[in-house]
Amino acid sequence: MSILQVKDLTVTFPGGIEAVRGVSYEVERGEVLGIVGESGSGKSVTSLAVMGLLPKNAVVDGSVQLHGQELLGMKEDDLVKVRGKSISMIFQDPLSAFTPVFTIGDQIAEAVRVHQKVGKDKAAKRAVELLDLVGIPNPNLRAKAFPHEFSGGMRQRAMIAMAIANDPDLLICDEPTTALDVTIQAQVLEVLKTAQQETGAGIVMITHDLGVIAGMADRVLVMYAGRPVEQGPVEDIYYRPRMPYTMGLLASIPRVDGEEGPLVPIDGNPPSPAALPPGCPFAPRCPMKVDMCDDEEPPLTPFGGGRHVACIRAHEIEHKNLTGTDVFPVPVIPPNEVVRVPRAERPTVLELDELIRHYPLMKGAVFKRRVGTVYAVDGISLDIAEGETLALVGESGCGKTTTLQQIMQLQPPQGGRVVVLGRNSAELDKAARKALRGDLQIVFQDPMAALDPRMPIGDIIAEPLRAHGVKDDVRGKVAELLRLVGLAPEHAERYPQQFSGGQRQRIGIARALALEPKLLVLDEPVSALDVSIQAGVINLLEELKNRLGLSYLFVAHDLAVVRHLADRVAVMYLGRIAEIGAVENVYDRPAHPYTQALLSAIPLPDPEMERTRKRILLEGDLPSPADPPSGCRFRTRCPKFARLSEAERRRCVDEEPSVARLTRAVDHGAACHYAEEIEVITASENQEEE
Amino acid sequence: MRSKVVFRRLLRNNQARYGFVALVLLVGLAYVGPFFGAYDWTDKDFLSFLSPPGGDHWWGTTSIGQDMYAVTLRGMQKSIIIGLLVALISTGLAAVVGAFAGYFGGWVDRVLMWGVDLLLVLPSFLVIAIISPRLREGTWLWFVALLAAFSWMITSRVVRSMTLSLREREYVLAAVYMGIPRWKIIFRHIVPNLSSLLIIDATLNVSGAIIGEAALSFFGFGIQPPDVSLGTLIATGSGNATGYPWLFAFPAGLLVALVLSVNLIGDGLRDALDPGSNT
Repeated sequence: MSILQVKDLTVTFPGGIEAVRGVSYEVERGEVLGIVGESGSGKSVTSLAVMGLLPKNAVVDGSVQLHGQELLGMKEDDLVKVRGKSISMIFQDPLSAFTPVFTIGDQIAEAVRVHQKVGKDKAAKRAVELLDLVGIPNPNLRAKAFPHEFSGGMRQRAMIAMAIANDPDLLICDEPTTALDVTIQAQVLEVLKTAQQETGAGIVMITHDLGVIAGMADRVLVMYAGRPVEQGPVEDIYYRPRMPYTMGLLASIPRVDGEEGPLVPIDGNPPSPAALPPGCPFAPRCPMKVDMCDDEEPPLTPFGGGRHVACIRAHEIEHKNLTGTDVFPVPVIPPNEVVRVPRAERPTVLELDELIRHYPLMKGAVFKRRVGTVYAVDGISLDIAEGETLALVGESGCGKTTTLQQIMQLQPPQGGRVVVLGRNSAELDKAARKALRGDLQIVFQDPMAALDPRMPIGDIIAEPLRAHGVKDDVRGKVAELLRLVGLAPEHAERYPQQFSGGQRQRIGIARALALEPKLLVLDEPVSALDVSIQAGVINLLEELKNRLGLSYLFVAHDLAVVRHLADRVAVMYLGRIAEIGAVENVYDRPAHPYTQALLSAIPLPDPEMERTRKRILLEGDLPSPADPPSGCRFRTRCPKFARLSEAERRRCVDEEPSVARLTRAVDHGAACHYAEEIEVITASENQEEE
Repeated sequence: MRSKVVFRRLLRNNQARYGFVALVLLVGLAYVGPFFGAYDWTDKDFLSFLSPPGGDHWWGTTSIGQDMYAVTLRGMQKSIIIGLLVALISTGLAAVVGAFAGYFGGWVDRVLMWGVDLLLVLPSFLVIAIISPRLREGTWLWFVALLAAFSWMITSRVVRSMTLSLREREYVLAAVYMGIPRWKIIFRHIVPNLSSLLIIDATLNVSGAIIGEAALSFFGFGIQPPDVSLGTLIATGSGNATGYPWLFAFPAGLLVALVLSVNLIGDGLRDALDPGSNT
């Protein structure tokens, strides 16, 4: 008997915008149903409709039955009794899901008392128990803390505690870990599994991260343009996808276990719900499209083995056993000319030497006094050779962005040296600084915020040219740049709002390339994009680098993307470099315990591997950069430190390790007194073949 | 396109539509109306003093035989021009001062905001009342400058705080990293992105300025005779408002209509540019 039965659910917003067009699924007790889809595919709207949380002007049709009881059209008073008791929801942003003026413990206790007749003290006790269950240390004390005193990961745990407070039958998790760092994500997913075991609830897991789904879900529903296009057991979906969209999605994700070769992007953009194509909504982007696809939208038809596919050529795909790489055109990326020269002989384009940036911590309104120091960047050294991509990775708050700013500002740093193309930033005068800016450009993370909404993109791309005194043929250059990044020159007249996220990121890249820089700084250039779009931008970056001989400083938190794009990688932790070296060395034989934990925390989009691999779970959160631990900064969370003897630990506490080259490798160093290379990611099959 | 969307929203708004129609009619009346009247505003009809509205003098005459219709329209012209000029100057000043203070920060910010605070604590009515008689020989443009000088401060603080958040936007950072001078960044990236606030502010400032002008002129500190404005007309008419209502009713009624229509447009613009603000 299934807990939740959704049948032909449709949601229409005013203006005839059909956000959800016929979704049906069932969730059984103890089962995890994963709903995957890109932004705008209607996956969140579906779950909000189930909860009855959509705004009043949305028209919801179909049927949603909980234990056979119809939820749609139920009176708000009755719905309140179901919501939070039988169905609970976990939201993406845990900060806005708590009221800032009440303590966490009170809010959980309130959730208990709304649905159960218990006394205040009993509810408070239950809240502490729940916090303990989700792994919050000192739950007695922390229950009295306010939401802002919790870190992101702790808040998400508290959210889970609140969701399971009434022993719900169904948990709906809407992107529960998207806002969290990978090591915290691993912790929270673990908590979610515990919570499920504890309550035996069914879970609907909505996410765009195919790795998370691979590890959690029993069945998967793939949504596209408001409709499910494929549904089935998780192994079938991942190993034997039969709908071209799913195939493309799986082929387009970069993997941390390293498969070489360009990624396979899906061309085009998801259709806008206001203007759907006549037949199959995926047809305009589908490489297997035939004329029949435009005739009518294929229904989701049973395919055997509990699977459903909405594609008229599914049987053909099954028969020929096609995969994403067979169907989608694999782009050809020209080889890199520069890397043929050995690294040592290439000129250095960027050198950081013991770079330091501390921020004072001030207190007081009228008379400000210094009460402490934030050690945002505390002595990092690295260098980038011509034609090379160095990735700077680390969790939020580790000082990546500050490092970038220090480089981009080209001002004398607080401590240490920044040398760009052989010129020390401390010795630049105004004119030289401006000239050097032409060689050093940046691509930002958020394609929405990086382009001035009130300028047509032709002017946006021309801006750096004009600023550097290029007068003649600016239009011609803009057209050329637009072509270079894969956009049409006619687009120059349009405004940024008229482009999709991926296209906007291309415009940002075109602007950065306008002055023909030698070093491009990429600040999380693909993290705000959908997977299928992301692949195209990654390929573009790779192609541009090889064609134009660029060097990249690539800042990212997504280690899979880094593996794909970078030659070398530097792992940062609390303002210092933990490990640095060639990508193969760091990924295949990580030596620093932090890198090992980081790599093991990344979910793999491969159900079998994801479920069998061993995780190194880190405890707790990142310490505050205003008060870093003495000696080795990682020791408070270090799994290795916990295993050391008392005498060995002394060294970690007293002495700060610096990056030392590991004896066996040419380009690999780790800042750990007891560095030891181990393998965390099992090599994928085709790597073993090699 | 955004501007089209805004325009469509503006047209869909009933208030704004009525306001717009009323304003067009009023401005048309002020500038085209005098051509239809039989008398010029400087003419004096010595045959009819204080005659009520009728066939010859549509809106009646004043105690010295001026045609009320011609004089009132002349006064309205002046009021409209003053309103527009003051709004333009004060909003421009607010944008520039606020954006510079917010973007540069540090001592620039401190000095400019200190100036703003100083102007805010000065009793503007009193200051204008003291200064304007001394400028009697100069043109009425001095009066416009004075009115503008005391009406931009609040907006500039709003602009400053909005600039503080715009300053951290990535497109502004991108411009910095391109090597574009800072004053150029302010005019190219910051002020245009505040335009919705500034447009709304300018519209509402028009009505504020018209009222301010009328109030000061009423007390004799604004427009000086022989020139007229709605304020001076109301002032002279108010004494006889009960006996000779046409002296008071026409200028006062037009003033109310003018300010009301501008305000309706301003509210409509705000709703159209920033749909979240009215909920």
